[in-house]
Amino acid sequence: MQVSISHKKLDLRRVLKDRIFYIGVIVLSGITVLPLILILYKLVREGISQINFDFFTRVAPNTLEAMVAVANNETIPGGIANGIVGTLLMVALASLMAVPVGVLTGVYLSENPESRFAGTVRTIADILQGVPSIVLGVIAYMWVVRHITNGYSALAGSTSLSIMMLPLIIRSTEETLKMIPETYKEAAFALGVPYHKVLFKVLIPSGLSGLLTGILLAVSRIIGETAPLMLTALGSSRINLNIAQPTSAVPLLIWEFYNDPNMVKLIWSSSLFLMGFVLFFNILAKRISKRWKI
Amino acid sequence: MNDAIIQINSPLLTIERLSIAYEPGKYAVQDVNAGIKKNSITAIMGPSGCGKSTLLRAINRMHELYPNTEVVGKIFLDNENIFEISAIELRRKIGMVFQRPNPFPTMSIYDNVIAGYKLNGKKLKRSVKDEIVEKSLKEVALWEEVKDALFKRGTFLSGGQQQRLCVARALAYKPEIILMDEPTSALDPIATTKIEDLLVELKKDYTIILVTHNMSQAARISDYSMFMYLGELIEYGKTKNIFSNPVDKRTEAYLTGKFG
Ligand SMILES: Nc1ncnc2c1ncn2[C@@H]1O[C@H](COP(=O)(O)OP(=O)(O)OP(=O)(O)O)[C@@H](O)[C@H]1O
Ligand SMILES: [Mg+2]
Repeated sequence: MQVSISHKKLDLRRVLKDRIFYIGVIVLSGITVLPLILILYKLVREGISQINFDFFTRVAPNTLEAMVAVANNETIPGGIANGIVGTLLMVALASLMAVPVGVLTGVYLSENPESRFAGTVRTIADILQGVPSIVLGVIAYMWVVRHITNGYSALAGSTSLSIMMLPLIIRSTEETLKMIPETYKEAAFALGVPYHKVLFKVLIPSGLSGLLTGILLAVSRIIGETAPLMLTALGSSRINLNIAQPTSAVPLLIWEFYNDPNMVKLIWSSSLFLMGFVLFFNILAKRISKRWKI
Repeated sequence: MNDAIIQINSPLLTIERLSIAYEPGKYAVQDVNAGIKKNSITAIMGPSGCGKSTLLRAINRMHELYPNTEVVGKIFLDNENIFEISAIELRRKIGMVFQRPNPFPTMSIYDNVIAGYKLNGKKLKRSVKDEIVEKSLKEVALWEEVKDALFKRGTFLSGGQQQRLCVARALAYKPEIILMDEPTSALDPIATTKIEDLLVELKKDYTIILVTHNMSQAARISDYSMFMYLGELIEYGKTKNIFSNPVDKRTEAYLTGKFG
């Protein structure tokens, strides 16, 4: 009889432990989610009033316009079109540089996992991922601003951003392709398909969703970068499409607004915009990887 | 000459002194000599790890994908040593069906059937493609089941349908020989019966080499059988002779279920 009683006690204790653990997990995950919710709440509350048609189509106002508006308690005129266009331009350009190189490197690593050169490349990619973004800005300044465009430029900005994207794309490509069963490759080889066609027509398409996910996450990672752009793209009050000219970007504008007491409201709305962009890309990436799973 | 190994008259494929090692000095297949009869089904049997797949994969030079694997010996197809022609040409003459169905996951059923042409960049007229797809799917008795879903992905089919699709993919490229490595081991009995019936039908036009674990399958559908043990070809003959009157003790032991 004694035995069964002690069993019951043990059971009770175990149930209690489970309960406490369970509640702990819920509370802790709540704590991780909380900052995001608070940030979004704050951004929407403070920023939404500035978001209108002009916000997307007009360039940033000058101090005087903003001062007048603030004094009259009106919405600040103008928008962040120069920043949006600059960000899109530089992100597109950075992807154009980083995606082909990153994907091909990832393919190489997954195809030759054991080679010594692959090991070196992998280590370099890991180190690159840890390099502070401002340092990449300095590098792009030295290479591109000083020697290629002879001045601040969108090209220099995208160069620093593309170096940030590279390791992310390389690793996600490698991880994705490693998951693709060997048997698809063998099926293609057995049909007499040459190696390079197996890579481009079987391997990469089979991993496309993983590759896209990696690219989107890399984009959402760089879209808010400010420091390297200060040293390379500089900023501009105009909408600029010339890659050899100084160019604005949304995070650069936020920094400029921060330095002008009349534009505080625009900080919130621009941040909201940026946050929305990042969320959008993240959710899109999740969707893609779920939908196209093989 | 060895009693246990039959000599095939005017074989389509001749394997001569073939040895294969995955690691230096450790032969997974050793000194195999055999001829393969045209328009027949030849089964390769033997216990797990005896080298069946290794032997089969030498015939379309799949081992070359893995540079550490060493293959020595000769294989003649139409009096040509297959190791002296281009692997790509060879693989177009010798199709392969794998143990697990592996239709290309990114392609529709239609594209899977003509994958050999598509992946090799051969442009065909739409009408020619349609004809190949229909003919190949009819050959594997899949046409009626999928004709309204040709542009759906191949991976939505059942396992047995997928495997028939993979056979169609191999047939569409008009090979002379089809290699099959336990093509039914991942399938249920009904799907297995369908594939078996299909193979018997196909041997009119193709030569089939079939690795199987399943002795009754070999007995049911093959014309010739090989028995391998520890990398060696122990016995090779007409299936009905091997099953009724095996020459080698080890073959007999295997067939009576003493090992394997
Ligand atoms: N890629 C490989 N690397 C090293 N050794 C291998 C490799 N593939 C097979 N082997 C070895 O070669 C021998 C023959 O293997 P093989 O796959 O040809 O056997 P099998 O007869 O097809 O067996 P099963 O019936 O289990 O498929 C085995 O001892 C196996 O361990
Ligand atoms: Mg095998």
